[in-house]
Amino acid sequence: MSKNNSKTRSPLFHIVKRDPMTWYGALGVRIFAIAAALLLSAVVIMLLAQKNPLEFYKAIIDGAFGSVDRIWILAQNLVMLLCVSLAVTPAFKMKFWNIGAEGQVLVGGLATATVMMFFGDKMSLPLLIVVMTLASITAGIIWALLPAISKALWNTNETLFTLMMNYIAIQLVAFFLKRFVKSGSGVLEPMHEYGLPVIADMPYLLNIIIVAVLTIIVYIYLKYSKQGYEISVVGESENTAKYIGINVKKVIVRTLIISGAICGIAGLLLVGGTNHTISTTTVGGRGFTAIMVSWLAKFNPFVMVLTSFLIVFLERGAEQVSSQFRIPSSISDIITGIILFFIIGCEFFLQYKIVFSKHRKEND
Amino acid sequence: MLTFLVNAIRLGMTFLLGSTGETITEKSGHLNLGTPGVMCVGASCGCFAEYIYFDAVGVIGINPVLAILIPVAATFLGSALMGILFCFLTVTLRVNQNVTGLALTTFGVGVSDYIIDKTDIIYSLGSDYFTASLPFAQNLGWFGELFLSHGILIYVALAIALLTSFVLNKTKVGLHLRAVGENPATADAAGINVSLYRYSATCIGCGISGLGGLLFIMDYLNGNWEYCVDAIGWLAIALVIFTVWKPNLAIIGSIIFGALYIMSTYIEGFSTETKEIFKMLPYIVTVIVLLFTSIRDKKKNQPPQSLGLNYFREER
Repeated sequence: MSKNNSKTRSPLFHIVKRDPMTWYGALGVRIFAIAAALLLSAVVIMLLAQKNPLEFYKAIIDGAFGSVDRIWILAQNLVMLLCVSLAVTPAFKMKFWNIGAEGQVLVGGLATATVMMFFGDKMSLPLLIVVMTLASITAGIIWALLPAISKALWNTNETLFTLMMNYIAIQLVAFFLKRFVKSGSGVLEPMHEYGLPVIADMPYLLNIIIVAVLTIIVYIYLKYSKQGYEISVVGESENTAKYIGINVKKVIVRTLIISGAICGIAGLLLVGGTNHTISTTTVGGRGFTAIMVSWLAKFNPFVMVLTSFLIVFLERGAEQVSSQFRIPSSISDIITGIILFFIIGCEFFLQYKIVFSKHRKEND
Repeated sequence: MLTFLVNAIRLGMTFLLGSTGETITEKSGHLNLGTPGVMCVGASCGCFAEYIYFDAVGVIGINPVLAILIPVAATFLGSALMGILFCFLTVTLRVNQNVTGLALTTFGVGVSDYIIDKTDIIYSLGSDYFTASLPFAQNLGWFGELFLSHGILIYVALAIALLTSFVLNKTKVGLHLRAVGENPATADAAGINVSLYRYSATCIGCGISGLGGLLFIMDYLNGNWEYCVDAIGWLAIALVIFTVWKPNLAIIGSIIFGALYIMSTYIEGFSTETKEIFKMLPYIVTVIVLLFTSIRDKKKNQPPQSLGLNYFREER
């Protein structure tokens, strides 16, 4: 008996689910993860670029906050990323993996650009802005609705569907540029005269205000409205939702309409309020980054302000670094990647704990 | 017309390697959205290894066999390392696969840009070895041009796809792998080591996808590094759906994709804007296939049931 027992291999440790952590415990784990990530990034920088990492971090901060202009650009990039993140959040909370925000924002922007181009000189500015807004929101909704309806009706895999819609949108923009730009260069000149109004000579202020209001609305919607609650239930367990009489299909379609509408607004802000033009890279990967922003913040809009700040801060800082130290700007992607891996990985320690098995003595 | 078909095959085989790798990964239940990043890293590791090798032996001392084997090995290793990273996060740490995959793409594109920046952008010398074909292929007319004129990796891609199809459908390992992807709890109860299968399938899958990146640079682009490997990666993921998770179907599918992708440059009489519409075709076709398979709801053509879901034994 005892001989048999000694032969069975007992694992060194096993993993169990833990009770929810206190908020300061969770915060501590996250801060530890970011610190560890920065440490590893420092080592990577030293190895790759042979630069003093402290100088490197100083340059990052300088790149993000070094001047008033830089702070404005930081704020602008922050709210745009936040806006897209707000858009994907309701869908994610429902466990609808919409990775098509890139395309949804882009068609929103395309609709805005189309209206600006063809009706800019035919309408008064207030009317034009109304038409722009409606057009971009409608376009965003259509792009989100196609996958949503097929998910609801036929359970089509939404991750793959929305992914494909991104590229259809990109090609649509490429087509638009080749077809309608008169010079034939494929680059649309900025149409500054037709954009959204500028408040107090500060070009990005309107965007910031709109996104701030949106943040609060999305927070309230998800946390306190009945529809927000239905989203959580569907996300946690579709069967429970069916059992208590929630029409899951309706919730899916409705939520994606909201998602697509916010994406459309993001497109409006990018094209109508920021660039006044459109290209295939207008969205610039925000649709994908937003997924990480939203997930890292555990779908809480206010925490998303912090997570999108972290990512935008690194991006802006890295641009400065690459020009100051003459190293390829790709190093920013590497650093962002490392930090993301650490923050993603630390989720494990928030949900599970490792229990080391006590060593049994041989003669027991 | 003949050059069009030949190039469609060359580009198609890039998609084929990428999608075969992704199919193996997805059959284990992993939706690896990091494939574009993996293909970038694979391509850049291969190019970097080639650069080091040429640098070490000089132009005269190059051994043609080693000039192919070294980059291939480096590509496979580099991409498999990315696979290990993905698995460590999703299998061991059980974090969300979509988020991990997207982060892996960001990271991979950054890493590959950095590596390539350290070397020359042009690898035409190395590419010559990859595109070297049978000497008598030119003498066989259209047949030789179409089937025998390709570089070695094209045939490797075909072989890998056929082999994968065989292993998945006809062997015990393949059966276990599919079981892990369909229902890990059942597989676990049957005594299959879910973590081991997921780790190895993803690493091998990533290695194969990475080879696709290498083929794209060394063969299709004749050694010119252009920053569009990640766009090819997304199309490889699309191809997996297009061919309903079947690597043998993917051989035809990939050539169709390759043809659709380059068709606009070979057909005369279309304006530049129409060509942009043509580039949309692979994606639209994929959406249609995706819709069609989900509407018909045939068991055989569905994604693995637990695709994208992590497995934790103690969870109900």
